[in-house]
Amino acid sequence: MRNFLFILLKEVRSYINSSVAFVVVTIFSVLTGYYFYNIFASFSTISFQAQTDPTMATQYGALNVTEFVIRPFFGIISVVMLIMLPMLTMRSFSEEKKTGTMELLLTFPVRDGEAIMGKFGGCMAIFFLMLTLSFPSILLVELFGDPEWGVIITGYFGLILMGGGFIALGIFMSSITENQIVAAVLSFAALLILYMLNFTAGAAGETMSAVLNYLSFTYHYRNFAKGVIDTSDVIYYLLFTLFFIFLSMRSLESKRWRG
Amino acid sequence: MIEVEHLTKTYGEARGINDISFQVEKGEILGFLGPNGAGKTTTMRILTCFMPATSGTARVAGYDVFEDSLNVRRRIGYLPETVPLYTDMLVPVYLRYVAGLKELPYREIKGKVAKIMEQVGLTHKADKFIGELSKGYRQRVGLAQALINDPDVLILDEPTIGLDPKQIIEIRSLIRGLGKDRTIILSSHILPEVSMICGRVAIIDEGRIKAIDTPESLTEKLRVANKVKAVIEGVAEDVKAALGRIAGVNNILVENGDGVDRAKYTVEFAEGINGPPLVARTAIEGKWDLHELTPMRMSLEDIFIQIVTEEKDIV
Ligand SMILES: Nc1ncnc2c1ncn2[C@@H]1O[C@H](COP(=O)(O)OP(=O)(O)OP(=O)(O)O)[C@@H](O)[C@H]1O
Ligand SMILES: [Mg+2]
Repeated sequence: MRNFLFILLKEVRSYINSSVAFVVVTIFSVLTGYYFYNIFASFSTISFQAQTDPTMATQYGALNVTEFVIRPFFGIISVVMLIMLPMLTMRSFSEEKKTGTMELLLTFPVRDGEAIMGKFGGCMAIFFLMLTLSFPSILLVELFGDPEWGVIITGYFGLILMGGGFIALGIFMSSITENQIVAAVLSFAALLILYMLNFTAGAAGETMSAVLNYLSFTYHYRNFAKGVIDTSDVIYYLLFTLFFIFLSMRSLESKRWRG
Repeated sequence: MIEVEHLTKTYGEARGINDISFQVEKGEILGFLGPNGAGKTTTMRILTCFMPATSGTARVAGYDVFEDSLNVRRRIGYLPETVPLYTDMLVPVYLRYVAGLKELPYREIKGKVAKIMEQVGLTHKADKFIGELSKGYRQRVGLAQALINDPDVLILDEPTIGLDPKQIIEIRSLIRGLGKDRTIILSSHILPEVSMICGRVAIIDEGRIKAIDTPESLTEKLRVANKVKAVIEGVAEDVKAALGRIAGVNNILVENGDGVDRAKYTVEFAEGINGPPLVARTAIEGKWDLHELTPMRMSLEDIFIQIVTEEKDIV
């Protein structure tokens, strides 16, 4: 536990000192903020027109700010996460291997699990910072409309679970190569495939489509976006995260196998 | 404290080390001496649990490096050859991080870091990032992190490389002081350094231990070429003839012996004969002036080169 905290703090410090945190968090905020600005602006235009033009009001029905702004906003956050989180995780073990600091880390009295969880926690901390910076946008919606707070809370909860999965996968990819670019590309590709699985589910057969849906990130997020927490979704994300943390442990351990 | 038995490490086809066995007792400093690629670093990496051996066993402080690596790692301080450090950390912040991972009680960390920085001469670099330090100062940070938990066993891969002469002297005496109640293995290419600091020396070549003993007895054992160097004033031919009459002389070499002036004679005796008194007596009997008389010993350098180049095994 102690070692976990020491490594976590060191990771956060490294992200900040190396300005990786600054770049990743800024780009994340700019991208999500820009998208938010667009949807929020068009929502205001439409709802303003609807107030004056009765035909529009009937066309769109009652305009719901949660439906039109909050839900797409969370959707775009998850897409930007998919691009930015591999940038965060790519260095975690690859850099240590490349610069040789792994030699010292592995000869300190630190369990492999503590090292991995420390790295994981460090990335999660930066990820929390990213999510926190998206919160003012939500407050802006609250100021001008009446969003459903239940959806906002479950939405963030789902994003945190999903981000945990992305980060665990990224750390595993970083543990198998000493090249940061390779680690980032592998994580990005793997996440993209998992993200898009349910797009292809429609065309597949019934069982296949159920399997594809079950494996897909997006499919498990849809309940969170509706304000519902389904334990099976929570379990999916947690299992996903644990699976890749387990693989990372194996990957570190394999250096200590006789060969 | 350290027991190594039949340790072998292969990298694919290549042999890293081949059937190495040795022991180091508490309070002993063992020096690894060997040419590049001999297997010094490989042996140290196995002892520090960085990588496993292909076969053989190694025990450090009573724990097997393979079976019980965490307990071994708690008791060692390791300075790797390349001194890998996080360049984006401040010196004291890095040392506090290492102290934390090495399980120092939280309250002691700050004081301990200050003390160790003082010991290795880093105090005035407290506000620097490691990446800004010169090679020698990074070496000191590397030493500091190895020493920070007062480990029972220290494994130092070329500890004084890159240091300035003053610091070399300080670090050597620091290591010697630590060696009194600890176990230390260090590797070095500086032969006088090894004979100065180490109680025992292991000469490693091509993955094998070629010789392991105290520097003195290595020198002793290898005084096989039992030679005496003498500077004698007299007619060279007469002197040479007289020396040649001594029983047990195998060979005489004369340098600068072209007149009545003094010349340098290198007299090689058979094994077991104590040459200097015999040479002295000859000079006195011939009424020649004896200016210098030195029994020739091999320096560690000579031994090293002899073992490594002549494939001579004197274990
Ligand atoms: N990671 C590796 N992969 C393949 N071969 C290796 C590896 N590390 C070392 N070797 C080989 O193992 C042998 C021993 O290397 P080692 O680094 O132990 O030598 P050394 O005695 O420390 O040399 P130096 O004095 O140059 O530091 C060498 O032949 C080297 O080429
Ligand atoms: Mg070496």
